[in-house]
Amino acid sequence: MTMPYYVAPEQVMKDRAEYAQKGIARGRSLVATTYDEGILIVAENPSRSLHKISEIYDRIAFAGVGKYNEFDQLRVSGVRHADTKGYAYSREDVDARSLANLYAQYLGQVFTHEMKPLEVEILVAELGTGLRPNQLYHIAYEGTITDEDRYAVLGGETETIAERVESSWRAEWSLSEALAGTVGALAGPERTLTGRDLEAAMLTGGNGRRAFVRLVEDELDALLG
Amino acid sequence: MALPLFSPSDDPGPNFAGLIRRMQVADGPHGTALPAVTASGAFTVPGLGDVRHGTTVAALRFADGVVMAGDRRATEGHSIAHRAMEKVFPADRFSAVAIAGAAGPAVEMVRLFQTQLEHYEKVEGVVLSLEGKANQLGQMVRDNLAMAMQGLAVVPLFAGYDLARGTGRIFTYDVTGGHYEETEHNATGSGGRDARTTIKLGYRVGLSRDSAVELAIEALYEAADEDSATGGPDVVRGIYPLVATVTADGFQAVADTEVAERFATLIERRQAEGRQP
Repeated sequence: MTMPYYVAPEQVMKDRAEYAQKGIARGRSLVATTYDEGILIVAENPSRSLHKISEIYDRIAFAGVGKYNEFDQLRVSGVRHADTKGYAYSREDVDARSLANLYAQYLGQVFTHEMKPLEVEILVAELGTGLRPNQLYHIAYEGTITDEDRYAVLGGETETIAERVESSWRAEWSLSEALAGTVGALAGPERTLTGRDLEAAMLTGGNGRRAFVRLVEDELDALLG
Repeated sequence: MALPLFSPSDDPGPNFAGLIRRMQVADGPHGTALPAVTASGAFTVPGLGDVRHGTTVAALRFADGVVMAGDRRATEGHSIAHRAMEKVFPADRFSAVAIAGAAGPAVEMVRLFQTQLEHYEKVEGVVLSLEGKANQLGQMVRDNLAMAMQGLAVVPLFAGYDLARGTGRIFTYDVTGGHYEETEHNATGSGGRDARTTIKLGYRVGLSRDSAVELAIEALYEAADEDSATGGPDVVRGIYPLVATVTADGFQAVADTEVAERFATLIERRQAEGRQP
């Protein structure tokens, strides 16, 4: 009888984490920040139809990096969760925190129990109201959840990008300042990114019930000057 | 609540009604629970005759889109159940839905319809065509057929601005979910006949927005005059019919003050003509 190889659990987790990180680092990064009128999310994405940033509910947006089919499945389940909850209870009862927790639980479960972890990192952003502040929930591939109230960076090379955002970030900056800051951070010193290379959307109070607004290429170029 | 995840072969797609049926979080359109008896209009007990729909809702096309209007009265048998009920709703940015019939299932249907349109848009990333929206509503009316047979019929009126064709369009329904496109105008509910006649007499192709709103208001006024289940302008309480327009700029409710003013003008004009208001 042959004995199965023993692999230490530490090694299993390390291998899975490495696998997931590699998958995520292959894609381009994404930055979300609060600004004076809401939340701005900017991603490097040359595709006009395969979105990284999308609407979940009235005041909630979703963003993902990594493998598209995996985070898109998470996005759709988020829309389903929010819509069923809002339909069964009321629109006000839909909040980002409970959704972020569900995502975290699911990612955590897949990471520990499945062969292959999900190669994604996601963000759930919620535009604040008078009672609740703006909230950015950053959820990693293994289910770690962190909440930020200033900015969040997802994807590969997060440390260098986060340093660049940190150096330019300030509270209550305007939309054009926030866009310039985040796009500059994504591009780094050697590159320039234009509207063509970017996908951006904001959650802003000025748009009625549904706060999610996409910024199209022309608008981005105009704002970036 | 768990994260609603489905295997690819079992995925409900962008269909919200299918999703809630699968998740069983609430009564789907096939729900069996009867709503509390708050019906607008006198509906009869099964087997005893026709179902009568309270309310009057009307829609007509004009140069830039459609106007939709509805009175505010809800009745329970012969008594007034509510004086300020809303029967005209935005379905999404470019369409509106108005309801006649049993109030409980009707309002629930509108909520499901609104959620469905938004759900489709978010899941698919594109908005349904106007025709697609009209079909969806037809399916919801058909799903209500069992309740309709028990006397709780819902008959909506759907209108919207078709962005692809650049024109306003109106769809009417019957209790079986059959839907029919109207070329000019239509009205439904117990006062629908009176409203329809009024609109028919004043209708011209390519009406301006103001004339169309005025005509819709006149139609409701005439319907309220003839039908006990339709409420007229309530000057004492300041409750006026709801009027909305849907154009290339989207759904827009006509302000209460404007509706009040138009009623006043209508009455003044008739008095000046030496007629009864």
